[in-house]
Amino acid sequence: MAVGIGFRRRLDFLLLVIAILSAPVLSDLILSKVERQIDLTSQIARISSTIKAENDGSSSVSEILLAIPELQAKNLAYLTARVIEGKGKARTSGLALTVEPANPKGMPPALSFYSIVLPKPLANGDSVTLDVLAAFTHSLRPFPEKITQADIHLVLFQDTGHYLSPYPVKVQSLAVKLPQARIESYTKLDNTKNLGSEIKYGPYENLPPFSYSPIAIHFEANQAFAVARELVREIEISHWGNVQVTEHYDIVHGGAMSKGEFSRLDYQSKPQIRGASAFKHLVAKLPPRAHSIYYRDAIGNISTSHVRGDSKKTEILIEPRYPLFGGWRTAFTIGYGLPLHDFVFESEGKRFLNFSFGSPMHDIVTDSITLKVVLPEGSKYLSVSTPFAVQQEEEIKMSHLDIFGRPVIVLKKANAVPEHNQFFQVYYKFNALAMLMEPFMLITGIFFLFVTCIVYVHVDLSISKSSASYLAKLQWDEVRATVQQIQNIINQCLSTHEKLEASLRDLSRTGDVQACKAARKAADGLLKELSKELKPLIAFLQSTPPAAHILPKVEELVAKERELQERLMAKHSTIVDSHEKKLGGKETENRVASVQQKIVALRQDIEDLMEYVDEI
Amino acid sequence: MASPESTINGPTKADSKSLRNAFGGVIAFIILVLIGVLAFSIRLFSVIKYESVIHEFDPYFNYRVTQFLSKNGIYDFWNWFDDRTWYPLGRVIGGTVYPGLTLTAGTIWKVVNSLNIPLSVETVCVFTAPIFSAFASWAAYLLTKEVKGPGAGLTAAALLAMVPSYISRSVAGSYDNEAVAIFALVFTFYLYIKTLNTGSLFYATLNALAYFYMVCSWGGYTFIINLIPMHVLLCIVTGRYSSRLYIAYAPLVVLGTLLAALVPVVGFNAVLTSEHFASFLVFIIIHVVALAYYIKGILSPKMFKVAVTLVVSVGLAVCCAVIAILIAVVASSPTKGWSGRSLTLLDPTYASKYIPIIASVSEHQPPTWPSYFMDINVLAFLVPAGIIACFMPLSDSSSFVILYIVTSVYFSGVMVRLMLVLAPAACILSGIALSEAFNVLTRSIKFQLPGIAGNSTVASEESGSSSVVAPSDVSKTEKTEEVAKEKPVKKNRKKEKENVEKKPTPSKTERRLLVLPLEASVIAVLLLVLLGAFYVVHCVWAAAEAYSAPSIVLTSQSNDGGLHVFDDFREAYSWLSHNTDVDDKVASWWDYGYQTTAMANRTVLVDNNTWNNTHIATVGTAMSSPEKQAWEIFHSLDVKYVLVVFGGLVGYPSDDINKFLWMVRIGGGEFPHIKEPDYLRDGQYRIDAQATPTMLNCLMYKLSYFRFVETDGKGFDRVRRTEIGKKHFKLTHFEEVFTTHHWMVRIYKLKPPRNRIRGKTKKSKSSRSVSSKRDVKGKRNPWH
Repeated sequence: MAVGIGFRRRLDFLLLVIAILSAPVLSDLILSKVERQIDLTSQIARISSTIKAENDGSSSVSEILLAIPELQAKNLAYLTARVIEGKGKARTSGLALTVEPANPKGMPPALSFYSIVLPKPLANGDSVTLDVLAAFTHSLRPFPEKITQADIHLVLFQDTGHYLSPYPVKVQSLAVKLPQARIESYTKLDNTKNLGSEIKYGPYENLPPFSYSPIAIHFEANQAFAVARELVREIEISHWGNVQVTEHYDIVHGGAMSKGEFSRLDYQSKPQIRGASAFKHLVAKLPPRAHSIYYRDAIGNISTSHVRGDSKKTEILIEPRYPLFGGWRTAFTIGYGLPLHDFVFESEGKRFLNFSFGSPMHDIVTDSITLKVVLPEGSKYLSVSTPFAVQQEEEIKMSHLDIFGRPVIVLKKANAVPEHNQFFQVYYKFNALAMLMEPFMLITGIFFLFVTCIVYVHVDLSISKSSASYLAKLQWDEVRATVQQIQNIINQCLSTHEKLEASLRDLSRTGDVQACKAARKAADGLLKELSKELKPLIAFLQSTPPAAHILPKVEELVAKERELQERLMAKHSTIVDSHEKKLGGKETENRVASVQQKIVALRQDIEDLMEYVDEI
Repeated sequence: MASPESTINGPTKADSKSLRNAFGGVIAFIILVLIGVLAFSIRLFSVIKYESVIHEFDPYFNYRVTQFLSKNGIYDFWNWFDDRTWYPLGRVIGGTVYPGLTLTAGTIWKVVNSLNIPLSVETVCVFTAPIFSAFASWAAYLLTKEVKGPGAGLTAAALLAMVPSYISRSVAGSYDNEAVAIFALVFTFYLYIKTLNTGSLFYATLNALAYFYMVCSWGGYTFIINLIPMHVLLCIVTGRYSSRLYIAYAPLVVLGTLLAALVPVVGFNAVLTSEHFASFLVFIIIHVVALAYYIKGILSPKMFKVAVTLVVSVGLAVCCAVIAILIAVVASSPTKGWSGRSLTLLDPTYASKYIPIIASVSEHQPPTWPSYFMDINVLAFLVPAGIIACFMPLSDSSSFVILYIVTSVYFSGVMVRLMLVLAPAACILSGIALSEAFNVLTRSIKFQLPGIAGNSTVASEESGSSSVVAPSDVSKTEKTEEVAKEKPVKKNRKKEKENVEKKPTPSKTERRLLVLPLEASVIAVLLLVLLGAFYVVHCVWAAAEAYSAPSIVLTSQSNDGGLHVFDDFREAYSWLSHNTDVDDKVASWWDYGYQTTAMANRTVLVDNNTWNNTHIATVGTAMSSPEKQAWEIFHSLDVKYVLVVFGGLVGYPSDDINKFLWMVRIGGGEFPHIKEPDYLRDGQYRIDAQATPTMLNCLMYKLSYFRFVETDGKGFDRVRRTEIGKKHFKLTHFEEVFTTHHWMVRIYKLKPPRNRIRGKTKKSKSSRSVSSKRDVKGKRNPWH
């Protein structure tokens, strides 16, 4: 099988090479030196090429074309070019150049072209050194495609041994860096060296344009093949001082599919051998001062995570619920808060968010990333600047206490690699006063709640002012007020009684008969006045029909009170009398005893009645 | 509302009193709010100690239903036929769940989201129970206030807010029917008492609605519909019939039954099953009694006597006929009209005799004595005092409370689960007891402290005796007035009635007879406070330690003091949900059915709604059969994965091996070739070298212990504390596809049937003969 596929591939390439060779030469550019290095230590194939180009023709050249075979082009995730100035150790790379897809005429269809626009046109005889970095995802093909837990994970990488370019190349070399020394097989061309975990091809000299010699490297790769099939990052800005980031991952192990049993026993006893192809954890590098970090999935918190932080970064190591073998999937969410002043700045009356685009996970491939920037409610004049092309939309999100909703900027990109972790900016205008709107809304809401309560209690809501029940109610209120008054009067009477009793006690202590008599007189006067006051009230109650059912009680109360008064007076005069006659304490007590009993009973009755009347 | 005059009149005594009343009202309100906060926050231990997650088994089902409801709306919910469970039968969810809880949480979610507060359904579900326990304590306040005044009400509410029995079912995350049902139960009782005390039709209607909510929420509504008729009957028998009783009862039965019949899961059961017959019988009786009282009112005593003899003779005949019909109806239904669980209540030995599936659930077992102390703690000692307090004096409402506690004590003695019904009753009575005790004691202290007792002390004895006479006096007048029908008088009587009830909540002067010595009362108050403190400490401990574990996450203290988390269940469910096909069927024992459907979103054969005994027995049979037969059963059911829970490695005791005997019993109940004695050696259940070959060869044993011996070389099971019997074996029809980190969940895949190989036709023939043999065996596998 393997041989068959390989053979067919090779045949394809052969045809490709024939097609390529028949194409015309594009311009007079000559690549005098090409050094390529393919880094296969992670699941992303990173090809960095240092290209020295010379203009050999008469006209000046302003762009250089890069050719990438179609097969690889669809896996191309990232491509940049920089001019290199200086030589040897002093070399510095300049700004990134514009790289755009090009479609030059007369080129073989199996190739995709990208053109690098040079900062200044290359005149005759001039040369420029470029550093081109291309990252390809999904280009390490697991082979065999299905392995068991105990098998080693082998992948196959295919590329060209000679630099594929529309220009002739004078000198070139290629180095392939592999993660481990274990190499199953690799294509041997002339001048191939295997230096442990590195394979070197070349140098090759004076090759024509479009020279192509396929190479295939089959090697062991045990690094994490973590692929986020979908990543949704939501960045929510609150001007109260927080930037909340929530990231939803849908992760799959992109390596060889696992087949057959999974034995936890084998995995636990010999994790290096019986589980080498699985990955256990992922590492995310968050910005410094990240706080309130959480890690959970649809069914709850996942407890296996560790956070380490220093002033430069916050590193979080997260373990999915189970180790991921080839083809296994998992989904989870991480979230964290960041201080606002680290990411939102103000310039020229506008605020802008400066945030990194890609996933903070170490060496993860993201098939589709959706970035949502939720701005506070009331933000206006939104604009976005990104370092690379993304798809952009806008939507509205309703959240806590929103009326109009918060504007959301949605950025989408397919096939992202860690190289995309560059800063992008979202500009917007936001009035700081709008921040106070929500608290103000709450305050008014609660205020109006209280106001309605007060109004409801105090306002007469009955519709018909002349209805019988309404009138009855009014009358009833009056009755109640009257009863209340009566109660007050009775209470005053009772307190007068207390005073009388107190005077009696004073008498027994001091023997001051005169004071006692004076007190009696005062009490008499007061009680009379009170009973006078009582009369019209009782009369009113008698005249109003709704009071009919409480009238007997009230009358009883008044009568009882009067009786109590009388008894008390009697008692008082008896005691004073006996005091004047200087009778013994015992005799006095005997004389008073019967009255005293009555008084107590009456008092009890009055208190009961008062309580009853109280409840009306 | 204090009228303005009183304030104008200056600082009189009445004014200060009303001010104190108003102040007392505010304080009571604040206390109630604090009690609500307490009830809510004491249940958050699980969130703080673990996380905001749904607990246990049943709540996962409720959560899943709520998710469905919030996603698809109410109409789809009623019509929901769930094909992800009970494969291949499915289950009609809309018609078989009590929708109260789901609708409540769904409504809360909807309201909250319409206010733009983006809470997830899960969050709402997690916090529904604590919110409703706050409501329940407020309802307990109202109910106790109706019975014995606000002081007792506040005490009862505070007790209920933290009673461990109720906490056990309503911690945050315990999203179960009981959480809202207890509130509904207490609130229904409150409205009943309120109606009984006021005779207002308004409250009677509310009562029917509250009863409707209770019917929606929990199967325990039958407790209400039996307890209230019992109380009505008690009132009638003890000569306490009044029109208020009629108003409290008759609308409840009519409206309540109509409303109950609206709930799909109850439907016509509301009139057809025996649980409801008591209410209809009492309904008839109360009408007869009402008629008798009416006729007595309009006839002269002599005529009445004649009428009574006439009616009694005719009535007896009619009654006999009605009773005969009733008996016939009851007898015609297979279980005599009683459901299995109700029969278990009447006859505690019923389940263990006939329905192992009910008996197998631990919460259906009778409780042990310690569990009373664990669940209601000191309330158990206070309840008798509360009962005594309810007898002094006995009113309609206090007799209801007494009846409530007596019946619920009986029920809690039958099933642990019903301890939950006992808890509110115990709280109410203890609240009454505590509040009465404090009343007496503080009054004694206040009376004896110098300076405060301004009134003459001589008067105490006489006044005491007079107050004892007073209530009976008033009730006499009440009776004489009852005949009169004028409205004001009626109202008056009502007031008086309240007065009678208010009597025991004493005014200062009233009960001077009961003054205790100062020292004794101070000490008693201190002891009571100590008792209360002990209760609080116990409740907090129970809430924090005993009842807050979500049971899907386990923790243990590791040697260095850190917390070790066992999250194996979710690990397995998460693996299932992400790495198997959406339509794969997973077989496991029914305990894990709800969790599998909710967390892993995979179809299961059986779940915790044990409605089909045969189906569960099939799974039990498969688990207790040898590998090949088990494979055949599972294969015929389209099962792809088998999930077993195994605690032998880490010592998790409630695993499938420990539940295995129930699988054998339930399987054997339907398929007689599974015999329990085959799995026992001399009546003992063991898995070591002494175990029977049947045991050592059954699927459950094999799936649990597959390659277990290689972990430590001996195969030492930490739960059973023994080495396993059969150590080295291979699986021929199953393959291990996933085992969690601590081996607590092991998932196996059924190997595909072997390809038919040419030249081996003989074998296929023989296999056909095997299948025909299986046909002969008939009942072994119902799905062939």
